[in-house]
Amino acid sequence: MRSGLARFAAFAAILCFAAGAADAASPTLAKVKKNGYLRCGVNEGLPGFATPDAKGNWTGLDVDFCRALAAAIFNDPKKVRFTPTSAKVRFTVLQAGEVDVLSRNTTWTMGRDVQIGLEFVGVMYYDGQGFMVPKKLNVTSAKQLSGASVCTNTGTTTELNLADYFRANKMKYKVIAFEKNAEVLAAYDAGRCDAYTTDASGLSAERLKLKNPNDHIILPEIISKEPLGPAVNQGDQQWGDLVRWTMYAMINAEELGVTSKNVDKMLKSPSPEVRRLLGVEGSFGESLGLTKDWVVRIVKTVGNYGEVFDRNVGKGSPLKIPRGMNALWKKGGLQYAPPVR
Amino acid sequence: MTTSVSIPWWRKRRTRDLAIQALLIAAVAIVVALMWMNAAETLRRQHIASGFGFLNDTAGFDIIQTLVPYDESSTYGRVLLVGILNTLVVAAVGIVLATIIGFLVGIGQLSSNWLIARLARAYVEVLRNLPLLLQIFFWYFAVLRALPGPRDSWGLGETVFLNNRGLYLPAPVTESGFGWVALALAAGIAGAIWWTIRARRLRERTGQVVSVARMSAAMIVLPALIVSALASFPLTFSLPALAGFNFEGGFVVLPEMMALVVALATYTASYIAEIVRAGIEGVAKGQTEAANALGLSRGQTLRLVIIPQALRQIIPPLTSQYLNLTKNSSLAVAIAYPDLVSVFAGTTLSQTGQAIEIIAITMAVYLTISLLTSAFMNWYNAHIALTER
Ligand SMILES: N[C@@H](CCC(=O)N[C@@H](CS)C(=O)NCC(=O)O)C(=O)O
Repeated sequence: MRSGLARFAAFAAILCFAAGAADAASPTLAKVKKNGYLRCGVNEGLPGFATPDAKGNWTGLDVDFCRALAAAIFNDPKKVRFTPTSAKVRFTVLQAGEVDVLSRNTTWTMGRDVQIGLEFVGVMYYDGQGFMVPKKLNVTSAKQLSGASVCTNTGTTTELNLADYFRANKMKYKVIAFEKNAEVLAAYDAGRCDAYTTDASGLSAERLKLKNPNDHIILPEIISKEPLGPAVNQGDQQWGDLVRWTMYAMINAEELGVTSKNVDKMLKSPSPEVRRLLGVEGSFGESLGLTKDWVVRIVKTVGNYGEVFDRNVGKGSPLKIPRGMNALWKKGGLQYAPPVR
Repeated sequence: MTTSVSIPWWRKRRTRDLAIQALLIAAVAIVVALMWMNAAETLRRQHIASGFGFLNDTAGFDIIQTLVPYDESSTYGRVLLVGILNTLVVAAVGIVLATIIGFLVGIGQLSSNWLIARLARAYVEVLRNLPLLLQIFFWYFAVLRALPGPRDSWGLGETVFLNNRGLYLPAPVTESGFGWVALALAAGIAGAIWWTIRARRLRERTGQVVSVARMSAAMIVLPALIVSALASFPLTFSLPALAGFNFEGGFVVLPEMMALVVALATYTASYIAEIVRAGIEGVAKGQTEAANALGLSRGQTLRLVIIPQALRQIIPPLTSQYLNLTKNSSLAVAIAYPDLVSVFAGTTLSQTGQAIEIIAITMAVYLTISLLTSAFMNWYNAHIALTER
């Protein structure tokens, strides 16, 4: 029985190799190419990260990351099918293979990495958890929230950090945890809770949805580290590499000054670093199962990391979040990509 | 028959039937085993933790309503218990309320009073035809919007408060000696039951109707009161009081619980009303006429003649409504009521990622609740079944 199974597996593997030799043996990449589109799990609606407009076009930082992947694979950023997932079900959706990548403001934690079997490829957005309160409460610090009722999302790191923070500061609280953002905000708006807690980026986005955003303030305390990044399933390392280097390519492009506007001109750049990044020299694209010009495709159609940041959450967006920790390392931030060489 | 043709055992019908059954069972077992192996292999390949060990891990999150002691350092196993109890509480209160409203509306539909009949009809049509989730949201946000914040609560004296954080009631705190009071109370209740049974036997034997209400009330209240006085009232109350953002102390009914119970009860009641109406209409008209001829009042006719007969038609479909209500309570998660699906199949699942184990446990719990409910209702149905004398 065992050896029969093994023989069958070997046979199947040979078949797969024969069919997908050019795909660097990533079964996921082979499947994506066969489908003709990438399946991407995103938030159900978080301005700046992932929101559908009335026509069903998705925009946001997390969305653009999937578009960059599609650009690298298909040379067409539109070849993505987005699956909105709640915080609660996102991992199950990925584990079950309903999506090829989860790009959904998801915090990289040890538990998720080693117990839930995810593979985080890097950090798209360095975040931290904060609190929002109505101004009329006259609260200026999270330390004054003892006894408060706090609204949040279930199945998030947020819920756990909240418990840790109040326990560590010997404060009492009541948590009202909803499955969807819309209800968290509606309940907060109706006065069910005194404070709303989630990732600071999420707070800025949700605050803008309130009738009078200026009646609410985000408290100065950041109570946790929330490195948000895309994740894939374990077991297909080549796919993980492709997703990881797509992100690094976007960051390296910003660092090397390659933008959606100048990428064609940059092809003629004498800089060896730029030449390797854009595939003028070397064969990194092929090693990923893609083409030489994979980064050109990404940057031309989606942009480099800085462009994507500004457009979705930064100065070119309604959120106007400063680069802060998400600035490049050369500018005092944490965004640092290993070199292409 | 004198001569029996001997059929070889392998051609006997019984053997053949058994063989087919065995094959079927084996096929199912093989399919299940293959699925199991496949799942285990996938989990291993994707490095997803498996097994039930997580039930002993620390949960690390808080839950707003817990009927047993619970805090952030409790385990996921405890979360399971908290979730089951929260589900049971909503289901139990919802079933009682739905039954009361359902019977009232069902009988109301048959009222000879035009207005009452129409209102009852409208109730059924409206509630039965709107999605339950919508009704839950309606009640939740209607309740939240209508109620004041904690600092301007509506109060009844200094004991009961209502605001958008909940209904705060005085919580009983027992002191030493309360055991005796409880004992007196239990004895009183037993006495009242005995009295009621006696009264019924008397009625069945002689037709004499004895009032039981007053006597049973006295039997329940008086001994308990006397014993309390002797023990210098060993029951005090913790009163809710505003402390900072919220009320502390007392006993709180959360707005999530109120909205969920009201939505489940009123929605299910619209189905129960139809079942009750059909049940009553199914009782032969001659029964009413006979009761009238005997000089029973309308109320007595309904209570003593119609309903007992209608119940036999009502109970089986009523059981499925009870099961529906229990299962529908899993919509709780939408409004943050911490039921089983919310805290266990939701939060615990996404914190541990162990979907297969958690969904299996959750299904087993619902199945058990449903089977127990059905078993009880079947027993009750058999109990009230027509006993031919
Ligand atoms: N980064 C945290 C929190 C992510 C999260 O779910 N945030 C909320 C608010 S920013 C959200 O996206 N809710 C949307 C939803 O659940 O539909 C995590 O990974 O657990």
